[in-house]
Amino acid sequence: MAKMHISTTINGEPTEYLCEPNDTMLDVLRNELNMTGSKEGCGSGDCGSCSITLDDRLVCSCLMLAAEANGAKIETIEGMAEGEKLHPLQQKFLESAALQCGICTPGMLIAAKSLLEENPDPTETEVRYWLAGNLCRCTGYDKIIRAVLDTAADMRGAA
Amino acid sequence: MTDTQYMAPQTLDEAVSAFAAGGDTARILAGGTDLLVQMRAGMVEPGVIVDIKKIAELNSIEETPDGSFIIGAAVSGAVLAEHPTFGKVWPGVLEGLNLIGSTQVQGRASAGGNLCNGSPAGDSVPSMLAADAILTIQGPNGRREMAVQDFPAGPGRTNLEAGEILVNIILPPRAPGSSDAYLRMIPRTEMDIAVVGVGVSLTIENGTCTAARVGLGAVAPTVLLVQEAADALIGSTLDAAALDAAAAACSAACNPIDDKRGTITYRTKVAGVLLKRSIGIAADRAKGV
Repeated sequence: MAKMHISTTINGEPTEYLCEPNDTMLDVLRNELNMTGSKEGCGSGDCGSCSITLDDRLVCSCLMLAAEANGAKIETIEGMAEGEKLHPLQQKFLESAALQCGICTPGMLIAAKSLLEENPDPTETEVRYWLAGNLCRCTGYDKIIRAVLDTAADMRGAA
Repeated sequence: MTDTQYMAPQTLDEAVSAFAAGGDTARILAGGTDLLVQMRAGMVEPGVIVDIKKIAELNSIEETPDGSFIIGAAVSGAVLAEHPTFGKVWPGVLEGLNLIGSTQVQGRASAGGNLCNGSPAGDSVPSMLAADAILTIQGPNGRREMAVQDFPAGPGRTNLEAGEILVNIILPPRAPGSSDAYLRMIPRTEMDIAVVGVGVSLTIENGTCTAARVGLGAVAPTVLLVQEAADALIGSTLDAAALDAAAAACSAACNPIDDKRGTITYRTKVAGVLLKRSIGIAADRAKGV
């Protein structure tokens, strides 16, 4: 079977790639496009470390075929900072030590960014439920939740 | 290299032709939250994957003038949750669907996929039975309708014929004083498979229950419609005696498995408890409390 030719937009850049029909989006991001920020934890949609947005909606890239990206808009962790300028969530995660080993961090950041775009003033409970699909085995979550709430407060103050 | 083929047709006719031509190894792709897991686990190697999300009819929500909702089989839980009126009319259907998986999974997973996956523990299914939903199905021999309770055939199996695709889910118009609710028991608050799930739909007129349907999940090879429980509620004021009789009917309908999530005794008892609680929620909603 011939490979499929896919035209998509990743982090604002028109992007083309060839993929097998059964490749996942995560396979292509990591192995074809060298965008290794998105991690594979479980490969079954349980851990959230492969989180990206597809047409502005948060999804697991391990549960999406690369072929489905044709004509779509993808955002990954690689597009979160603007050059050297970190996104406020990234900055706050660093300041608050909201990460340890770092494997879950790209997914946490993408998921948290998606939350704040939909709800700039979430309660702690809303943050915890929104991030329930992002597993972290290091931090115990508390610093992550605080970092998201603090960032939300900062961003509301700045707006 | 793979022998798998992927296609994303724009029309239902194309999808039906391709799916039927693909035979046993063809798979429908909606949200992919079951299919991609099965592929990865090596449980299935599809010959052809037919992505139905480009077909307008399968990816839209229509509220008809008479008050029905027609939900395309591929509409995700997140999209349905954002609909301006659906969750007000069918809060129980929506809360069942929105309990499935994480935010990420909600962005993709559909009620149609939940039905087609055929799990007895599918969280959106009991409320759809309680809602008396009608399914539209299209296959090589044309289009037909099926009552939702006739759709599941057993764990992982449905009554779709070869080559047939689930097109949409139709929820009927609501009488005044109607609402619904879904409750499930899991050992934690999120991200788990139901030990028991109960969906209830009620209509209450002047304090009397005039219509009721009960869907029961995770306690039998398929999700069940429990007519005896509904019969115990209809005509009552939802008093303690009626609730006890309905709960007993729910427990009597159980034929569960015994596993690490819950024993047979536990699941059977909890089915009755959850029924009473979900009736309380649906009744409050119906009365606008």
